[in-house]
Amino acid sequence: MIPAPIAPQLIAPQWLLAMAALPVAAINWHSFFFLLFAALACGFAVAVVAATNVVRMALYLVLSLAATAGLFLLAGAEFVGAMQLMIYVGGTLVLLVFGVMLTAQAPFVSIATSGGDRVMAGVVGLALLGALLLASLSVPAWRAPASGSLAEPAATPLGMAFVGVRVDGPAAGTPEAAVRPGYLLPFEIVSVHLLVVLVGAAYLARAKRRKTQRAIDVAASVEPPASVAEHAAIGRGQVGSGSVLSGGPVLTGGPR
Amino acid sequence: MVEFLTNTVGLSGLLAWTIAAIVSAVLVLNVIAGGALAFIWAERKVSARIQDRLGPTRTGGRFGWLQSVADGIKLLAKEDLMPEGADGLLFRLAPYVSFCASFCAFIALPFAFDVVGQRLNVAVFFVVAVLGLEVFGVILAGYASASKWSLFGAMREAAQVVSYEVPLGMCVVVPVMLAGSMDMVTIAEKQAGWFWNWYLFHDPFTFVVFWVYVTCAVASVNRAPFDLAEAESELVAGFHTEYSGLRWSYFFMAEYGSMFLVSAMAAVLFLGGWNGPIPLATLLGLSEGTGDTAPYAVRLLGLVNLVGKASLGVIIMMWIRWTLPRLRIDQVMTTCLKYCTPIAAVMFAGAMLWKITLPGGLMPGVGRPGGEIREGWLEGPGGRAAAKPVAEGEKLARANREVTP
Repeated sequence: MIPAPIAPQLIAPQWLLAMAALPVAAINWHSFFFLLFAALACGFAVAVVAATNVVRMALYLVLSLAATAGLFLLAGAEFVGAMQLMIYVGGTLVLLVFGVMLTAQAPFVSIATSGGDRVMAGVVGLALLGALLLASLSVPAWRAPASGSLAEPAATPLGMAFVGVRVDGPAAGTPEAAVRPGYLLPFEIVSVHLLVVLVGAAYLARAKRRKTQRAIDVAASVEPPASVAEHAAIGRGQVGSGSVLSGGPVLTGGPR
Repeated sequence: MVEFLTNTVGLSGLLAWTIAAIVSAVLVLNVIAGGALAFIWAERKVSARIQDRLGPTRTGGRFGWLQSVADGIKLLAKEDLMPEGADGLLFRLAPYVSFCASFCAFIALPFAFDVVGQRLNVAVFFVVAVLGLEVFGVILAGYASASKWSLFGAMREAAQVVSYEVPLGMCVVVPVMLAGSMDMVTIAEKQAGWFWNWYLFHDPFTFVVFWVYVTCAVASVNRAPFDLAEAESELVAGFHTEYSGLRWSYFFMAEYGSMFLVSAMAAVLFLGGWNGPIPLATLLGLSEGTGDTAPYAVRLLGLVNLVGKASLGVIIMMWIRWTLPRLRIDQVMTTCLKYCTPIAAVMFAGAMLWKITLPGGLMPGVGRPGGEIREGWLEGPGGRAAAKPVAEGEKLARANREVTP
């Protein structure tokens, strides 16, 4: 650093100094960005409901979720913010792919909600909003303005809590510490459960067909190369069917 | 920089912050844009040499080094077409979505010690998460174009990227586990010194994991042999069939930006980051660069080092692209699910066992700074002393709080 400060007017032009003199420090920038991200999240959430095109819905959903991730990052919870991006936004991607694949009968299919559905959705949504507002306002600790600096942006306590060292837990050596272990066991139970569900889904979705010797012979003799099969699929107008993802020939039961 | 602006130039806090943020953003933007120009030229030359041609030779002197600039001017002047049936909003938005995802990931990427847009505690995770968003722009482009070729390309890309995120994540976890941190600056600092301190040479498992990472990285940025999304022999040009002019070039900037990003990430995670094959800064008598007082030459050396490694990675990707034939989609999926994922999982377990059984490496005390680092997250004031069994939870927690003041 240069020890002696240079006179400001030597470097900064007049307009820059004028900008610097603005009372910007008076604004609470943390609140400003919070409100900005919150407004973005809410606005795009409404847009999801209002949109009629499934891909636009997905786009708005992604933007809304990304704004929520911005809220997490703003609060210093970088891990949760990145998690939000990874899981929800990435998950929306898969949702979008399946949405397009399963619903698209024509290009740009539009899903219009009927009036009754809108009313019901409004009632349910407002009820939920009211319940959440009541619940959150009834916690006295949340009503006081936040004091002190932001939370430490560290994923370390979370990771430590996973392996059994809880910063928020009771002191070591006390009997409570023995019965309040880390989050590892519940996490593992949940993940094994998910794995079982995945395997089960794959088993159920598996095509149950028995390949006879004749079918194999027929397939071997008439099997077109991958690109030909795909072109044929395009020619039949099956955009968005399963053949999009399977480059190779598909052994379906249809007439060949 | 904020300090400099407030103390020396005499600006108010907010203006200083804003200017600092703008300078950082513009610098990162130029890394992507300038990098894309350089890499597109390099791609032309590399592909030409591999195919026994000369490549561009005339534009701008002997090596045709102005070819990219000429291309850029041509793209600027091209008519911006949109198909009649396209979804206008999404069609216009898609290139920017792709580019923004690529750009955002650069924010957390450290170029040298403390030369980083925003040092994040979970930088590795953030980069992987944001990188996955790039495919969203591609899907939007493919869908909004109202063209079967585009839609095919987009769907292939979606299937591919979503699948390859799994082994990529597993590969990335291995250096994170070894360093005990998801902070990319910390991970690179743990590999300081000679090249045998790199995580690439940490143990046999990390060596294998690195090559799995390379495979997955190439696949996740859609480069050949994994470029099914734009397979020109089948799909005209895939997802960007209907694009032209500047919008088209945004996709390419995003692609080259992502290539540079995954290469830089490989450099940080496995190849020591800015810590060279030989510790040049230390040999030259400069300090190790672990504080604000470190001379700027150290940072400059580190910057050159990291950018060099990342560029080498990009050149290798080009080499792969012009050498290997494109895979079919079933081969792509086989590579991911039957090879990359199990190999990465086994190597992850192996690296973990290695770390537990041989914490000091095969030759304890050679090279590795600090020797045995088992609990990376316990370093700092009293960290080594606090590395006791888990029963002393409260003490650990206190040490934790001290680490990140």
